[in-house]
Amino acid sequence: MALLARLALSEEEKEMYTRQLRDILEYAARLNELDTTDVPPTSHVLPLSNVFREDEVGEHLAPEEVLANAPEREGGFFKVPRIV
Amino acid sequence: MLVKREIGAVELLQAVLRRIDEVEDRVRAYITVTREEALQQAREADRMLSRGEVASPLVGIPVALKDNLCTIGVRTTCASKILYNFVPPYDATVVRRLRDAGAVLVGKTNMDEFAMGSSTENSAFFPTRNPWDLGRVPGGSSGGSAAAVAAGEAVMALGSDTGGSIRQPAAFCGVVGLKPTYGAVSRYGLVAFASSLDQIGPITRDVEDCALLLRAIAGHDPLDTTSARFEVPDYASSLEDGLRGFRVGVPREYAGEGIDAGVRDVLMRVIGLLEEMGAVVEETTLPHTPYALPCYYLIAPAEASSNLARYDGVRYGYRTRDAEDVVDMFMKTRSEGFGPEVKRRIMLGTYALSAGYYDAYYLKALKVRTLIKGDFDRAFEDYDVLLAPTSPTPAFRLGEKTADPLQMYLSDVCTLAVNLAGIPAISVPGGLADGLPVGVQFIGRPFAEGMLLRVAYCVERRVGTFMAPLARDPAAAGCAYHGSGGDTAGRGKDG
Repeated sequence: MALLARLALSEEEKEMYTRQLRDILEYAARLNELDTTDVPPTSHVLPLSNVFREDEVGEHLAPEEVLANAPEREGGFFKVPRIV
Repeated sequence: MLVKREIGAVELLQAVLRRIDEVEDRVRAYITVTREEALQQAREADRMLSRGEVASPLVGIPVALKDNLCTIGVRTTCASKILYNFVPPYDATVVRRLRDAGAVLVGKTNMDEFAMGSSTENSAFFPTRNPWDLGRVPGGSSGGSAAAVAAGEAVMALGSDTGGSIRQPAAFCGVVGLKPTYGAVSRYGLVAFASSLDQIGPITRDVEDCALLLRAIAGHDPLDTTSARFEVPDYASSLEDGLRGFRVGVPREYAGEGIDAGVRDVLMRVIGLLEEMGAVVEETTLPHTPYALPCYYLIAPAEASSNLARYDGVRYGYRTRDAEDVVDMFMKTRSEGFGPEVKRRIMLGTYALSAGYYDAYYLKALKVRTLIKGDFDRAFEDYDVLLAPTSPTPAFRLGEKTADPLQMYLSDVCTLAVNLAGIPAISVPGGLADGLPVGVQFIGRPFAEGMLLRVAYCVERRVGTFMAPLARDPAAAGCAYHGSGGDTAGRGKDG
């Protein structure tokens, strides 16, 4: 789970989180007391759908502004350790 | 007061800055105070006022902003190590609207890391203390904003609310806090925690200020595709309409077991006041209430795990010093940069969404969400507003609930369902319990903020506004207030 979430945990942390998550998930299992057979899920409370705009260029950030917070950069690129 | 030139914007700001100098070492509401920028804005405000250009009632008003709102050129950290040095290249829409209205932006306030928490103890930097009792929490996650307003370190503030993070700290600090209807205020520039639950809202000393601030920030924004198109009313103009014939429902699930006796007493007193003012108050029921907490603690972490995936050390923020390859970099950056509560919720959310568990946890929670919303829809067929405590207890002590995460989560039981349903709610001080403020919560139909402000105003007229001992006497040691009954401070906008 930690790997999926890209988190590196110590053995101690793994133990602590496992315990805490188990408690929380046990509590969450209470939801199974409810019969939701014909109930539609609500992922969004407003009756909005497909909010689009025209594909036109509007205001945007300059590349320099976007790169300003980069921990490491080279030219117009964000630099990271080797990928492969 | 500013319009009448009784006091200048610069004078007002200086009074606020003096107060910050006096009490910040004890309250620690702010992560960043933008003194110079604020003075410039105040001078500009004075220029506008002398020319008679009053675009908005907020001209020259010192406002504090929770540190998860992007402010151009000003460090925005979300109280997290992982964003310790992040300087946004753009303003959140609400920030831009405040600038356009001529408000003076005092600084960025402390919060629970990434808005995850109910006490501001999860800030990666330092906890904020409650101006009513420095040994107690201000609430969370907008604890800094609420404490700043309560201590007089800002006239107004903005917070954000995903599960109660505006209302609960407002209640703990004896100030007013409102969570708007989902979609009423643009989320553009609000660092996302749970995208279907988050809303930005006002935290103020009184209801009228709340109405004015809400009007300035509400309304459709093309930059936020989840923002609603609706006409923003002049909320402040309908405050005095009165409550004759108003129907108030008190859900029994929010008024029984688990609610502190002192809180229940305040609730009962407010019910009495409402009846005296001509409202009809009855018990009602929201039967799925016990499922709101587990439902929230599946949906919010799930959305958070997705939203926080962007913090990988690539484009901004903290990056680990030594990494062998990019995946190693992601893992070390995130492990070193995130605090324990954030990690807990990311893992919980990842689990709930993972293959094999999605249906059992996340999808199930979305269906329960429909049932919870249904409870409110049914209640609003019979009632204009619902009344409940904002929190089961007044402000607790620092460290009291940090040992067991579930204990901390339980302090949100009165506020969570409102976010799941996307409806608006306001917390207004109703009285004191053992010298600590107790907030009462009014909950309304979608886009009924005007009605909520009106009923809150009526309550405020009867119980008064409350001033923390630290605000009345900044030199005081800030020990618990040992008085009885409420303190009525005037509603002047003086610093």
